[in-house]
Amino acid sequence: MLNKNAKLNEKLFDQGVEQKPTRDGYGEGLVNAGYEDPNVVVLCADLTESTRCEAFAKKFPDRFFEVGVAEQNLATIAAGLGVTGKIPFIASYATFSPGRNWEQVRTTISYNDSNVKVIGAHAGISVGPDGATHQAIEDIATMRVMANMRVIVPCDAIEAKKATMAVAKVWGPAYVRLGREKTPVFTTEATPFTIGKAEVLWESNGKKGKSKKPQVAIIGCGPLLHRALQAAHELEEEGIGTIVLNSHTVKPLDEKKIVEVAEACGAVVTVEEHQVSGGLGGAVAELLAKHMPVPMEFIGMQNVFGESGQPDELIEKYGMGTSDIKDAVKRVARRA
Amino acid sequence: MTTPLHEKKLKFLEEMANTIREDVIKALVEAKSGHSAGPLGMADIFTAMYFHVLNHDPKKPDWPDRDRLVLSNGHICPVLYTTLAHAGYFPVEELMTLRKLNSRLQGHPHRKALPGLETTSGPLGSGLSQAIGMALALRLDNKKNSRVYCLTSDGEHQEGNIWEAIMFAGKQGSKLNRLTAIMDRNNIQIDGFTEQVMPLEPLREKYESFGWHVIDVNGHDIAEFVAAVNEAQAIYEKPTMIIAHTIPGKGVSFMENDFTWHGKPPSPEEAKRALHELRTLRGQIMSEHE
Repeated sequence: MLNKNAKLNEKLFDQGVEQKPTRDGYGEGLVNAGYEDPNVVVLCADLTESTRCEAFAKKFPDRFFEVGVAEQNLATIAAGLGVTGKIPFIASYATFSPGRNWEQVRTTISYNDSNVKVIGAHAGISVGPDGATHQAIEDIATMRVMANMRVIVPCDAIEAKKATMAVAKVWGPAYVRLGREKTPVFTTEATPFTIGKAEVLWESNGKKGKSKKPQVAIIGCGPLLHRALQAAHELEEEGIGTIVLNSHTVKPLDEKKIVEVAEACGAVVTVEEHQVSGGLGGAVAELLAKHMPVPMEFIGMQNVFGESGQPDELIEKYGMGTSDIKDAVKRVARRA
Repeated sequence: MTTPLHEKKLKFLEEMANTIREDVIKALVEAKSGHSAGPLGMADIFTAMYFHVLNHDPKKPDWPDRDRLVLSNGHICPVLYTTLAHAGYFPVEELMTLRKLNSRLQGHPHRKALPGLETTSGPLGSGLSQAIGMALALRLDNKKNSRVYCLTSDGEHQEGNIWEAIMFAGKQGSKLNRLTAIMDRNNIQIDGFTEQVMPLEPLREKYESFGWHVIDVNGHDIAEFVAAVNEAQAIYEKPTMIIAHTIPGKGVSFMENDFTWHGKPPSPEEAKRALHELRTLRGQIMSEHE
């Protein structure tokens, strides 16, 4: 059942649950951060509206810089601002930033310890019709591997807003991953959010109906967590208990909590809209191999590129739908 | 405004530049790796910057109102380290730790490693953008007395990032009039002469067409260089690029204008010859050390 302490949206399983892109939450959080701290500045590379930097640009025109289609310059100008007292947010599509400018992010932001927040919008295959060139499915890996970099993948618009305001307040380089499409808003303003702290969203307690104690921990990040909750809900009806953990912070990982749920369940499924190597799944596998080796299954892109299509079609075709998560849970439970 | 250069100060700077060249050679031969040509070629300009132009305080390297010097072509850091040491940022003896384990003097400069460094550099083409970011931040904070200088190389103008920066700065115009870039135009890079590897000219016309003020100077004439910095400070409408024409390996006859000295240190025997040449100004004077 839903974890009461997570204070999730009670209508999250309804057809009519509110849908909103995570990038919208970022845009709102950015304006709030701008009011809270005059040192917040924003740079964008010709994608001001679609990365939702527009509201900030209108409220604080002196603190907004349009750099044109130049992602290397986007990162390096921000690096200079970030070591001179500013808190720069740089926004583009994740395939371009931190894709094209990876070395600049590494040297001038991460190693240089500049207080820059890298915002990768249009991440994941759910970008849809634009096709594989615009679907970032490697960015968690390429950012996670950098020393001195935080990596946060919000699960809905409200969490994206909280994450944006939180990274503005904490010193140091950070990457925040956003999606293009409208996705269910299943957390609420009251849902706890702390960088580096994973939240249990669902925990079967064995009391209701045929449900048993949790056998599998589903550890996910991003909007796919809504499908993970649907899978958990349906599995409970089938008598399979699970825990669903929102690991929004991929780096630093909440090691204690992840080891705890892996130990409690004895099997893990990771869920992310990203390549199955190098992302959240990789991070969890690295941790558990050392501290709590249990059977794992990985939901995500299976070492292939995406293609054009509608977001929901793509999620299904590439094996990240609710039924895929349920199948993975059953597979891994048999191995436990 | 940088104060005018009197004869006595000029002589001091010229002698300091020679001392810095000697210490660059000593550090490189001790390190057994590193770059020789660029640091020797830029010794006059680094000396002029840290001993005359920059408004800085070695005792307070984080002073918010300081001028910033961003080294974009990080591989010439031996001359930056040597100048910082002589300016009082750290003991001159520490130059002997260059490139060694646990040293603050990393093979390419790291901002967090050593006081006085404004950025981390080595991968080419990204310094000018960082200098722009610093200048924008200082402008937002209304620090009207702080200027930002970016030292860049000619070879790194083959990187795309730097042209993105040049374009952006041209767009900003007078908002970046406290930004001055200085190019080490020594015509060499690792694989050979720049115009053979990948032609860069006409550099002046390229910068001007992007909206910059451009001044060409002899990079070994400290008085001419300081006059160019003064001119840059007087330009209101736009940022300035000072193209400093230099001789790579300047001061050491067998290194001058030879691109093979871009990325290697002298052997102990070569260092001895180099130091002799520098101490005697190529035989014009007697060395007190010999």
